[in-house]
Amino acid sequence: MKKDNTIISFLNNNETRAIAFQVITLLIIAFVFYSGIDNLIANIEAREIHTGFAFLSNRAGFDINESMIAYTPEHSNLRVFYVGLINTLVVAVVGIVFATIIGLIIGIARLSNNWLISKLAGGYIELFRNIPILIQILFWYNIALITLPSPRGSFNFFDSVFINKRGIYVPEPVSEPGFAWVLIAFVLGIILTVFMRRHFKKKHDETGIHTRTIGYTIGLVLGLPLVVFLLLGSPMHLDYPSLKGFNFQGGKTFSPEFLALTFSLSVYTATYIAEAIRSGIEAVDKGQKEAAAALGLTQAQSLKLVVLPQALRVAIPPTINQYLNLTKNSSLATAIGYPELMAAFGGTVLNQVGQAVEILGMTMAVYLVISLCISLLLNIVNKKMSIKGR
Amino acid sequence: MAVFESQELRKPPISQVGIVHWLRANLFSSKVNVGLTLAALYMLYVTIPPMLNWMIFDANFNFGEFSLFGFEFGEVMATNINCGRSAACWPFIYEKFDMFIYGFYPRDLVWRVDIVFAMAALLFVIARLVRNYQHKSRFFLAMIIGFPIASFFLIAGGVFGLEEVETHQWGGLMLTLIIASVGIIISFPIGVMLALGRQSDLKVINFFSTIYIEFIRAVPLITILFMASFVLPLFFTGGVDFDKLLRALVAITLFQAAYFAEVVRGGLQAIPTGQYEAADAIGLNYVQKNALIILPQALKISIPNLVGSSISLFKDTTLVLIIGLMDMLAMVNMTANDIHWMGRETEGFVFVTMTMWVFLYSMSRYSKKLEVRFSTDHKN
Repeated sequence: MKKDNTIISFLNNNETRAIAFQVITLLIIAFVFYSGIDNLIANIEAREIHTGFAFLSNRAGFDINESMIAYTPEHSNLRVFYVGLINTLVVAVVGIVFATIIGLIIGIARLSNNWLISKLAGGYIELFRNIPILIQILFWYNIALITLPSPRGSFNFFDSVFINKRGIYVPEPVSEPGFAWVLIAFVLGIILTVFMRRHFKKKHDETGIHTRTIGYTIGLVLGLPLVVFLLLGSPMHLDYPSLKGFNFQGGKTFSPEFLALTFSLSVYTATYIAEAIRSGIEAVDKGQKEAAAALGLTQAQSLKLVVLPQALRVAIPPTINQYLNLTKNSSLATAIGYPELMAAFGGTVLNQVGQAVEILGMTMAVYLVISLCISLLLNIVNKKMSIKGR
Repeated sequence: MAVFESQELRKPPISQVGIVHWLRANLFSSKVNVGLTLAALYMLYVTIPPMLNWMIFDANFNFGEFSLFGFEFGEVMATNINCGRSAACWPFIYEKFDMFIYGFYPRDLVWRVDIVFAMAALLFVIARLVRNYQHKSRFFLAMIIGFPIASFFLIAGGVFGLEEVETHQWGGLMLTLIIASVGIIISFPIGVMLALGRQSDLKVINFFSTIYIEFIRAVPLITILFMASFVLPLFFTGGVDFDKLLRALVAITLFQAAYFAEVVRGGLQAIPTGQYEAADAIGLNYVQKNALIILPQALKISIPNLVGSSISLFKDTTLVLIIGLMDMLAMVNMTANDIHWMGRETEGFVFVTMTMWVFLYSMSRYSKKLEVRFSTDHKN
């Protein structure tokens, strides 16, 4: 009788049960993994698919029309991976910059006391937010291909910017020797600005005298490099595109794929950023503005010192999340053939090599790393912005 | 004795009432606002009239002859050639309408899909009318279990003497709706379990749930769809020839489960610890505690976010086009490649965009409404 009790109490013990559940879960997961991978290996052997990463050093054999780094079909598959990765990052950065600008404008316009502006911003948000991003990408790409003229009938702006079916051609700045000094001056200007700001802030803290720093900032960040640039005798020239035969040569080209992709991504993501900014500004209590006014702060001071710091605390985390979403959505370039990571590496190379496990694994790993970096950034921002209690 | 006569009230100045006041207050209150208003009006003038011209005024609505109350209307239906290129050619959509809605589903069997659409509409109407709580729960059970099963048999066929229709013939809006609803219904329970797993004290379960959720949320859906279509078949013996649609459904379900899990976890975290402690104190076990005390409250507060997450899923269904399923978006290129209607992509895109927009906009309005309704409960 007593023995039975110990067994029952043993079986009913929470800790025993916890361990049993975890062991069972572990066994199930191990079994699923084991049988899955077992089948995987058997299937791969049966289909005579190669395994391992040797394919990375093989000749790629296909051309990519847009690459930031030198690339020819003779390069390896690994090179394609790098080309794709860089293109993904380029799309992400350009998209993020434009999405932020559009989002800020729309978010503030949404709160404007001008009825028409506010309604237009609201209409923009409701329209573009509720159309799947893939449709937008395909739609703009299709519109661009249909409406734009052939290279011979290009839209011509001052003989330097040309727009046609193959993309937008703009003059490309080409640096000459000595341009490095301009960049050094630019960096120096930024460093000096930081010190200058610190100095005036200290002065303000000690004496209460406020100095406007905007003029000094512009002078240091823009003026200093400009002076160096002119002193060195303008070490840079512009390479203009020009029509040679059937196509344009020289200058910098932005393909319709790139434009459709970045445009749609910015327009779509901007709706979410606008909402984040609007909710951030609305989250600031009315009393805060009234208190700032009561202290005698000007409208601009109240915005800069009281409202914005509180609004940004609410607005920045969702905005950073949207940056991550934009980066992930850039993989939809597959649908229009812009050679970013998913299209060039996860698409074309996969079709040629057929080693889906390795290739998709590498592609996923890249997005995983990007997302971890952004999460890290988010954590740092959250920590910095959290309300500091005493 | 002075007699005071009330004088007639003076009218308020014209600038303080009516339309003049409204215009001044809302559009022309300051110099900046005057500029903004004029700029906005100019922008509308540049964009709206050409769009309306393309869509309506210059567009071709020649749907062919039809009779109404004995009167004959219209003329011979427009073709691709006499439609012109400068404006929309809606007869194209009119002729291809079935393609956009049903894809390659056999035309003589389309009534089966229509029955499913009608059933869905009926269920929505009933859902709004049923107020009695007990019937409601029974009704919802029928809706999420009975309706999908009935719809599956109706659409797929192969039983009860219904002719079988293979999944590669499914397409159009029908397919979009099928993927979205299967994704939502199946991923929801998985998501709830993952959320509970991530909140669990059991280290192993917690670890695997967290890894799963974070991994899925970090990668784009398209990589998971590719995984499902290239790698998933390899995980089964003999390299089973998986149905393409099934692969997409597996990918979307696994993907959505992670997002639902995060939403539900948000709900779980909002439940005060006292609720857990009270459930423990009255001797409920883990299942009872969660099923009777925690989840009913947690799910209720996560409903608006669950709807929001479902909206994203609905948008994401368009991605199946990339792995070769014939959803509504894929029909745009399919129909514009018809030799009789070459190059009518734009009309197709506009039609699909408008259809998707109507669905998504009404869903997002619904989620906003829910948010307002649910937020009132917790204000004092």
